Amino acid sequence: MDTNGHNGSNGASAQRNGSSEKYEVQEHDVLVIGAGGAGLRAAVEASEAGLSVGVVSKSLLGKAHTVMAEGGMAAAVGNVDPEDSWKTHFMDTMKSGKFINNWRMAELHAKESPDRVYELEQWGALFQRTPEGKISQRPFGAHTYRRLCHVGDRTGLELIRTMQEKTLATDAKVYMETTVTRLFKKDGKVVGALAYTRESGKFIYIKAKAVVMATGGWGRIFEVTSNSWEGTGDGVVLSYDAGADLVDMEMMQFHPTGMVWPPGVAGLLVTEGVRGEGGILKNSKGERYMARYDEQRMELSSRDVVARANYTEVQEGRGSPHGGVYLDITHLGYDGIMKKLPTMHEQFLKLADIDISKEPMEVFPTVHYTMGGVKVEPENCASTVPGLFAAGEVAGGLHGANRLGGNSLSDLLVFGRRAGIGAIEYVNEGSHSLEVEGSEIEREIERVLKPIETGETGESPYLIQQELQKAMMDHANIMRTEEDLKEGLGKILALKDRLENIRVQGSRLFNPGWHAAQDVRYLVQISEIILRTALERRECRGAQWRLDHPDMDEELGHVNFIVSKDGQGEVGIESREIAPMPEHLSGLFKEEAKV
Amino acid sequence: MTADGSAARLKVYRGDGENGEFVEYETPMVTGMVVLDAILNIQAEQESDLAVRWNCKAAHCGSCSAEINGVPKLLCKTRIEEYEGREINVQPLKAWPIIKDLVSDVSWNYEVSRSTIPFHSEQQAPFTMYEEDVERLYEPKKCIECFMCQDVCHVLRTHEKHDVFAGPRFFVRNQWLQMHPMDDRDRLRYLKEDRGGIQYCNITKCCTEVCPVGIKITDNSIIPLKERVADEYYDPAKWLMRKIRGRKNGASNGSVNGS
Repeated sequence: MDTNGHNGSNGASAQRNGSSEKYEVQEHDVLVIGAGGAGLRAAVEASEAGLSVGVVSKSLLGKAHTVMAEGGMAAAVGNVDPEDSWKTHFMDTMKSGKFINNWRMAELHAKESPDRVYELEQWGALFQRTPEGKISQRPFGAHTYRRLCHVGDRTGLELIRTMQEKTLATDAKVYMETTVTRLFKKDGKVVGALAYTRESGKFIYIKAKAVVMATGGWGRIFEVTSNSWEGTGDGVVLSYDAGADLVDMEMMQFHPTGMVWPPGVAGLLVTEGVRGEGGILKNSKGERYMARYDEQRMELSSRDVVARANYTEVQEGRGSPHGGVYLDITHLGYDGIMKKLPTMHEQFLKLADIDISKEPMEVFPTVHYTMGGVKVEPENCASTVPGLFAAGEVAGGLHGANRLGGNSLSDLLVFGRRAGIGAIEYVNEGSHSLEVEGSEIEREIERVLKPIETGETGESPYLIQQELQKAMMDHANIMRTEEDLKEGLGKILALKDRLENIRVQGSRLFNPGWHAAQDVRYLVQISEIILRTALERRECRGAQWRLDHPDMDEELGHVNFIVSKDGQGEVGIESREIAPMPEHLSGLFKEEAKV
Repeated sequence: MTADGSAARLKVYRGDGENGEFVEYETPMVTGMVVLDAILNIQAEQESDLAVRWNCKAAHCGSCSAEINGVPKLLCKTRIEEYEGREINVQPLKAWPIIKDLVSDVSWNYEVSRSTIPFHSEQQAPFTMYEEDVERLYEPKKCIECFMCQDVCHVLRTHEKHDVFAGPRFFVRNQWLQMHPMDDRDRLRYLKEDRGGIQYCNITKCCTEVCPVGIKITDNSIIPLKERVADEYYDPAKWLMRKIRGRKNGASNGSVNGS
């Protein structure tokens, strides 16, 4: 199913006879893979510049994980705390990321977020207001000032709907419910992608002068996650397979507050907005325990700290009946909750029979976000492969070892736009020869069809996925040790060998089993990379909590772990020194230390 | 907190647009289980090709809408326990062609979306807008595009006026666009004469009843827009003005109710 631009795409459509399989051919200047906030922002940028743009969306348009973002979008507009500035936002971001962030990305992000907020408003997004008629801002964990522009607890919905409507007002062609299986290169440059439509199972080869990867994260490698089924990290593996460098892959964010009961909703996000609005964490003894972990910031400490605190309370026997801790927002009263947190009220009432205006919630850490990803140039989001750009959660660097709440939505728009500009410049720079060997495409089609058209029986992709999720829960969870990680790696490598044996029933018509067979390949590859990099980072830093190396290692504070596919097709890891911060940035921290 | 030995039983439509039937399945009952949990269990353990749409599993994204016993529901928000003692028959939304099993072709909605006149403002953000000016925009903005209001609307479901009628979801969108204090486009002609077709709605309130986020679609979106259209089109003075100025309708801005 696709939705055409007013003029359609200028892509050629042709039927080709392969030896075994026909595929349609489309052509665009820029192909955007992923239709969340970052992908749509890049698409709008390139389309408005007059380029032919294709957007591939694994789901229907507007259903991307961006829609789940609740608390708000961080931007130092200074509407409620005029002292705020990009400098403080930059420093908060670096401190929270434990200084392994790409400082230039953090600088650009802090400087440009306000413009992206106002741009959204210009395009019809509506934020809650201050008494002066400006955009209101709420406090959030480890942000020095009240900084999150928001609309209740559905800010992500407002963002995705605005971007979706903006995209549909351009000539961009949207390929809905379409999955990309491989990027194709010629002379070292990315020149196209093979995709299939989930509805019919038909293949499309999309030629493109530039590709913007914006597929989001990979929370689905864990059983308990706030991520939707889509979060299988397609883009990071597609990029890795095409030769791109990845960075900080060991850094997975555990959000401190996911639902724990009933079982079907375990892991579902409870927005940090609850703590932003004054929510209090208590254990089964009724203690407000955050005082023991971060006396100053309490519940509004950074996510890594609060997640570890919640985990520790339960580990040490002070948990709730369903294995969580209590989060109490009853002081806000029914009216306050309906204004500030209506979605949370509905979610708990409907799914857990809990009225949060009367009772506390039960919460526990849930896998939420991936700080690591495709390594990109800060200015234009170019990956290390010519023609391939990346933005949003699939890209790494901005957040370092721990992401601040609210920095994700601003990341999507700041770097989605920059990736769009990067792609435009690349397309306009030179000539692009996009022809690839038809046999190469046909080989890929054969590979993708193998689980479904052999008529054999074999392993279920769902069961392999479940085993993988369990292995990652058991061995690469919030608390890690070398022994555990190695055991996990053994299990994942065994699963990797079994991928060949996956077989599914049914036809290619909207067949989720077949789709899962594609996804699980991504999940296995990412899990292997995460386990290997988590083994390399022998310290505690942000989200990486190594019980066997309980301190922060000064030297590792200057290092990123870079992953790339080596000559043998195996995971290569290199530790790389982080370039020192220039004076205008490092000076900010020195000044602060003096005060 | 896991299976207590009892089973959830449900009948699920299996088939495509041409052929299909309800097939009965059984899956272990778990406390708090929603219909989507049951469907996904069946998919993982019994029928790997059972087609269903879902994303967030938290009633935020609107992907998993289908019909249970003929009534549109979000599968992720509907508890199995609600049907104690009753059959559970799950089938795809009826107002569009069935693709397979629980998935129907909702792409028509995106065509209507493309035809909608988007937000536009000559003024430059940051806007100065007060809470009291925008408060009533929050309700239509809550829409999660589950398309259940579209599915249940007689104009589409029974009379199949897909070519000339936008449907409740898009009246909700047009409502906030028309009410936005900074928007400067006019959509009354669209609503009356182009794709909108708002006059076909006879206010049966079916859409309001099924809205999973509680938007009062009929009272707060459709009726105010109908009033505005009536005001523009059937006021004799304005009719004369249109004749003289050769325009279909006057400029409109800001409040719908305020006209």
